[in-house]
Amino acid sequence: MTDSGVNKGRRRFLVGATTVVGAIGAVGVAVPFVASWQPSARARAAGAPIKADISKLEPGQRMIVEWRGRPIWILNRTPEMIARTEALGADRLADPDSREPQQPDYADGPMRAIRPEIGVLIGICTHLGCSPLFKPDPDAEGVGVANWPGGFFCPCHGSRFDLAGRVFVNVPAPLNLEVPPYRFESDDVIVVGEDEETA
Amino acid sequence: MADPNKPKAERGVMRWVDDRFPATQMWQEHLSRYYAPKNFNVWYFFGSLALLVLVNQILTGIWLTMSFNPSAEGAFASVEYIMRDVEWGWLIRYMHSTGASAFFIVVYLHMFRGLLYGSYRAPRELVWIFGMAIYLALMAEAFMGYLLPWGQMSYWGAQVIISLFSAIPGIGPDLAQWIRGDYLISGITLNRFFALHVVALPIVILALVVLHIIALHEVGSNNPDGIDIKARKDESGRPLDGIPFHPYYTVKDLVGVAVFLFVFCGVIFYFPEGGGYFLEKPNFEPADPLKTPDHIAPVWYFTPFYAILRAITFSLFGLEAKFLGVLCMGAAIAVLFVLPWLDRSRVRSIRYKGWVSKLMLALFAASFVTLGVLGVLPPTTARTALAQLCTVIYFAFFLLMPFYSRWEKTKPVPERVTGR
Repeated sequence: MTDSGVNKGRRRFLVGATTVVGAIGAVGVAVPFVASWQPSARARAAGAPIKADISKLEPGQRMIVEWRGRPIWILNRTPEMIARTEALGADRLADPDSREPQQPDYADGPMRAIRPEIGVLIGICTHLGCSPLFKPDPDAEGVGVANWPGGFFCPCHGSRFDLAGRVFVNVPAPLNLEVPPYRFESDDVIVVGEDEETA
Repeated sequence: MADPNKPKAERGVMRWVDDRFPATQMWQEHLSRYYAPKNFNVWYFFGSLALLVLVNQILTGIWLTMSFNPSAEGAFASVEYIMRDVEWGWLIRYMHSTGASAFFIVVYLHMFRGLLYGSYRAPRELVWIFGMAIYLALMAEAFMGYLLPWGQMSYWGAQVIISLFSAIPGIGPDLAQWIRGDYLISGITLNRFFALHVVALPIVILALVVLHIIALHEVGSNNPDGIDIKARKDESGRPLDGIPFHPYYTVKDLVGVAVFLFVFCGVIFYFPEGGGYFLEKPNFEPADPLKTPDHIAPVWYFTPFYAILRAITFSLFGLEAKFLGVLCMGAAIAVLFVLPWLDRSRVRSIRYKGWVSKLMLALFAASFVTLGVLGVLPPTTARTALAQLCTVIYFAFFLLMPFYSRWEKTKPVPERVTGR
């Protein structure tokens, strides 16, 4: 076969056009394969946000709900509790200003909450995953420290957290308790697992 | 039309085959008339040993697949079932688990051989790059395989590694979730890692091994003197310093295989857990997402890079320490790929390089081993400082190489291989 009479411009165009169309097709075919790795409908349902009614949660009380297999604590903090918690500083807390990314941006500040009186925390010790005990009163026994401001005490290895979930110094746990994403659907209903912005 | 001059058998079945498939030609090109330098030393055992371990991993892996159950509920129990109830299951599993560590031992020694004798230098850049791609695929293969027994260290080791991806700013958390296929590591993650571990990555590794060997046989093997043996040939075109791979090196490699199997079997039969390094102790407890082990360390072959990751404890250029650590860890592997273009020395082999290259290579090897040890241990202030020093040496070896390899005084290279 000879090259005489071959329209090279058209051949180049056809090769180019076929390549481009083929590449677009390849990208299209890749979409279902890549998207198939996203959490499945069943995984999404199992990890779906949950709602908690806090209308019966009296000041000073705590309730526990479950989300994605982990205990979620919802606290109703009294003004005295808030005052005792806010009085704590870097002399007793490892990360008083919540610099480590253990909470959503809208839950920063000393109380690590959207509304200071309502605290939402994942009840898993950041040391080895035990669930700490609720010791809200200053005269609580067995927390092993004087001048207790109220908070959480982990019975496994003695880690201590305040009522905002901030970790004390000189305990095994390295980080503050995690604050899950949450929002207020109404004054009395909290949605755990959904961010405020995306509401 | 096939090449009419291609070598063929004279008669018989092979002649019939050769008329249809280049069997004799391939045998000659890759074995009986592949001329390898005659001065290979003990460092040249590890390539063929890596091939042996690969065969071991594939064979034992297929057999393990027959009894393994890739679900969160069944995985741990099925491994115990293999260990206790399946006929010879314990041996097949220990061959596989010990083989994983053996693979990295021979591959690290094989890579160090390349560093010693400049085997990555032109024209062997692609041999080196295919080899590095194998190493990368091997790390992915080993990481995913380690999740399968669904023990505590499987789970939390994977947790640590996958959380590295979430350190990438912006897309990180979504990327980690995409890899897991769930909000936490779950049976979904286990199942997909199983698919990648037993199907996808072995295919990739095998293909890369073929490319590695084809590229090597195209340019010919390097040798401890770093001399090009193809420069001097006899009248029939055979390299004067070359000998046919078969039977000379096939037989020689058999000795290496015997010694290797002696050690390998010793581990399988007497220390199958490798002192807690090949199979870590917390992995004898089923995975529990609510209970973190006291100390999480990756398996030993990842620890040098893990130590580099942990050595970065400071933020820089507005990048968070954790992300910077991930970047450094990635760079530590990526820099190996460009090694052929970093070495500007006039000679290939360490035998004829100057004292700076020798010192840098020794420092590099020492810091790599030190990082490996530090990566196993829990961090303390002193250990972190040491890891930072070793990280600096690790990168200095590569990044200063264009300068010291060019400026140092080298020794004259002999014309023929020395046979030392």
